Amino acid sequence: MKASAFAYARASSVANALELLVAHGDRAKILSGGQSLLPAMNLRLVSPDVLVDISDIAELRGITLKPDVLRIGALTRHVDILSSHEVASRAPLLVEAVAQVAHPAIRNRGTLGGNLAHADPASELPACMLALNATIVVRGPAGERRIVANDFFKGIYETALSPVELVTAVEVPVLPANAMHFFYEFARRRGDYAIAGLAAQAVLEGSRLADLRLVFFAVGDRPILARASEKLINIDVTASVLAEASTSLGEELNPHDDQQASAGMRRHLAKVLLARCVSGLLGQADPPMEELA
Amino acid sequence: MTVPVQLSLHVNGERVDTDVLPRVSLADFLRDYLKLTGTHLGCEHGVCGACTVRVNGEIVRSCLVLAVQVDQASVDTIEGLSDSGELSDLQAAFRDRNALQCGFCTPGMLIAAQDLLKHNPEPDRELIREHLSGNYCRCTGYHAIVDAVEMTARRRIERAQ
Repeated sequence: MKASAFAYARASSVANALELLVAHGDRAKILSGGQSLLPAMNLRLVSPDVLVDISDIAELRGITLKPDVLRIGALTRHVDILSSHEVASRAPLLVEAVAQVAHPAIRNRGTLGGNLAHADPASELPACMLALNATIVVRGPAGERRIVANDFFKGIYETALSPVELVTAVEVPVLPANAMHFFYEFARRRGDYAIAGLAAQAVLEGSRLADLRLVFFAVGDRPILARASEKLINIDVTASVLAEASTSLGEELNPHDDQQASAGMRRHLAKVLLARCVSGLLGQADPPMEELA
Repeated sequence: MTVPVQLSLHVNGERVDTDVLPRVSLADFLRDYLKLTGTHLGCEHGVCGACTVRVNGEIVRSCLVLAVQVDQASVDTIEGLSDSGELSDLQAAFRDRNALQCGFCTPGMLIAAQDLLKHNPEPDRELIREHLSGNYCRCTGYHAIVDAVEMTARRRIERAQ
């Protein structure tokens, strides 16, 4: 199908983009990479009257390494993240996750800012932001806001952004030297929407996990930072410890039924991901399947 | 919404100056305005890959790019890449290995395959499948396509030696 008609404006700066958003209100939409917006428009799920193209705004580009954060500009394309030495060294979780985002042609256009603002519950990047405890930097007519990832994603396609704000950058805190990560998503084929996924960051001290952030995606209306991780830190993770964490996870999650999977299947897959993650982080072999029941 | 926007770009090496309504996708611009109908529309939401073209050397979904977004850009379609000979060994391999039947997916497949071989001259079958996972084929069952890409990679390496 074809998108319905709209007017088009190229913003020359963030201030100019904000002017346009304020002038048109919720009749306007930001056009970044367009890889989520344009499909929605072609399917007539959304019909903005005005598109504000931000791709000329230099300030939104670039990946910079600062002493305490890795700053990634909102216009950074997925393909740029894949090829960035800075991201590979400071946030390798992102590199692994982005490789699972759609397909090469999509990754050549899609942007980090656009992906986060779109907030698809099955998307990899919002989950990574939570796992990395990243801050989403946002600007509106009232000025700049820094929103921690956990407060940014509110629901299906819903974020803390107001209609007159745009994402300008993401700041990822520097990880400790003994940080480890885990990423896996179940999908029918590489690049398909995730059926269930896990993005995790951990700190390993000896044979124990000193810190663990488990973020499940595609199992709810937003990425979920699982409280079940509390059962796994500063403790020797035996089969029964893992089983307890797994039960706790099952109770904590409230996945949905859809054409891809039932709630029960998603809950099961989340537990499988938990087990694989823990054994991966602790350098153990995968636990036998029976233990996951 | 009915005000056309000025557009100036290169398509297959030729300069194009025109104006176009914002709503027109790059795919529709190529097909309807420039009569370059080798670029096909399958799904118009980015999953099938039939619309794949090259913009500034990188493959994109032309159904998910507005024509107005490629002002000042350089676009290569299957027509240009075929005429220049860049794809001739891939095309020959596709023909030899029966990697096309109806041909609808083929322009996108060729462009995606060429993109893979540019980035990775010696891909294994797993990597070929992965890179082409965004291009759907309803006819061949994919094996012959993977064969053709693998064969082309091997032949290019042999020729280079």
